[in-house]
Amino acid sequence: MPAIDPTDRRAVRAAARRRRDRRGVAIAAASSLVVLGGLAALVVTSPGWPEVRATFFSWEAFRTSFPDVLRGFWLDVKLFMVVEAIVLVLGLAIALVRTSRAPALFPLRLLLAVYTDVMRGVPTILLVYLIGFGIPALALEGLPSDPVLLGGGALALAYSAYVAEVYRAGLDSVDVSQRQAALAVGLDRVQVLRFVVLPQAVRRVVPPLLNDFISLQKDVALISVLGPLEAFRVAQIQAATDFNYTPLIAAALLYICVTIPLARVVDRMQARRRHAAGPEGAAA
Amino acid sequence: MSAARPVLEVRGVTKAFGDEQVLRGIDLTVAEHEAVALIGASGSGKSTLLRCIDLLVEIDDGDILLDGEVITDPSVKPVQVRRKLGMVFQAFNLFPHLTALENVALAPRRAHGMGRREAEERARELLARFGLAGKEDAYPSRLSGGQQQRVAIARALAPGPRALLLDEVTSALDPELVGEVLAAVRELKAEGITMLITTHEMGFAREVADEVCFLHQGQILERGAPERIFSAPEREETRRFLRRLLEARR
Repeated sequence: MPAIDPTDRRAVRAAARRRRDRRGVAIAAASSLVVLGGLAALVVTSPGWPEVRATFFSWEAFRTSFPDVLRGFWLDVKLFMVVEAIVLVLGLAIALVRTSRAPALFPLRLLLAVYTDVMRGVPTILLVYLIGFGIPALALEGLPSDPVLLGGGALALAYSAYVAEVYRAGLDSVDVSQRQAALAVGLDRVQVLRFVVLPQAVRRVVPPLLNDFISLQKDVALISVLGPLEAFRVAQIQAATDFNYTPLIAAALLYICVTIPLARVVDRMQARRRHAAGPEGAAA
Repeated sequence: MSAARPVLEVRGVTKAFGDEQVLRGIDLTVAEHEAVALIGASGSGKSTLLRCIDLLVEIDDGDILLDGEVITDPSVKPVQVRRKLGMVFQAFNLFPHLTALENVALAPRRAHGMGRREAEERARELLARFGLAGKEDAYPSRLSGGQQQRVAIARALAPGPRALLLDEVTSALDPELVGEVLAAVRELKAEGITMLITTHEMGFAREVADEVCFLHQGQILERGAPERIFSAPEREETRRFLRRLLEARR
């Protein structure tokens, strides 16, 4: 068998491909320059720019406010981690009850259906308000009055509803043939769920769950309406005393430092999933 | 053949899905070490019958017996029955998140309380017996259809069932992969495993089955030794079905 000799045609094609690639890069660069440059020029040449720069992007104000904002942000991070852990467990429990068909759980299923609808239907900030100010107003013995606790509780309630729906979609997405096969090998209902359905469901919902993580990480700032000194609240106070909004920019940067890496993790997981689906589809 | 005691007995079983009467009084006996093949067009009720026997579908009327015990009695726990039966599906239905070995070892470990090491040892043996040595750690998505179906057979066999129910085990396979799965079933027959098989592979049914039953619109119209059914069918419906299969082959 003769070795494959590169012919002229091959060289011609390679040259054409290189030309195409070069042109693509050139167009992308030019277009970016025009759009981004135009936007920047628009902002910088706007009549209020010098004032905006002084009040929003003051290095001095940034330096003095940053340590306090960062301390506030640490509260956000701690609260996020605790609430997230609760939400993961509570959401799964709600989803399991809602997808179970046990007659004894009927009233609980009914309540949880209402709960999910209400929690998803009410703006989260409203819920934080209602719980944060409503519970202490009851003046009942034994109920917490710490705003961080109440705000965190409100967030946990709201997000458990969202996360329960994500889990539920995952549980529903496992084909009935999997349940049948699991029953056929002799597993009981609980074992079917534990060893066959749940592992597949959870694998599928990891990316949407991480998306909810990102939302929660930002929404932790909502507890500021109850007064705890978390990053946004600290920034707000400083901005109000100095008439300089730079601390808010500092707070925004801190949030971004956490949410953007998380978003990249989600992207990567989804890309890997798509990649893995390739041969899987081919073999089936 | 009739001397051996019956493992499976189906008596007057009927089943309707809504208005559609799928099974209209099925009577059937599978004796120990015997293989019975159910043939018939799609929609004739073959798969439904197997699902009824494995209690995945509840029957309307009649009785099904396993080793002389009525298993369709409401007081019988389906889980206990399914642990004595093995089922292989047309579409394999392997657990995609488990390796071949884990697929086979799952039931012995979890449904039969076997220790992990023992269950895996047994799974390894079974996989090797069906030509899958070296594939223990492969996930189903990395296996061909024929390999997946052989894993599924090993999985059904792992707990040592009283009978195997094989539902169109070659229908979802590419033609060149059919042979390896049929070879696996042949081996089961040689070992004397009691089997109830639905199939479109007439040559295979003739070779493996002790008895062939022709299902038509939810009834067994004709039954007998394979040679008799295939060479001298008595019923017009049987003749028409076999002729259509032959024509499709060309």
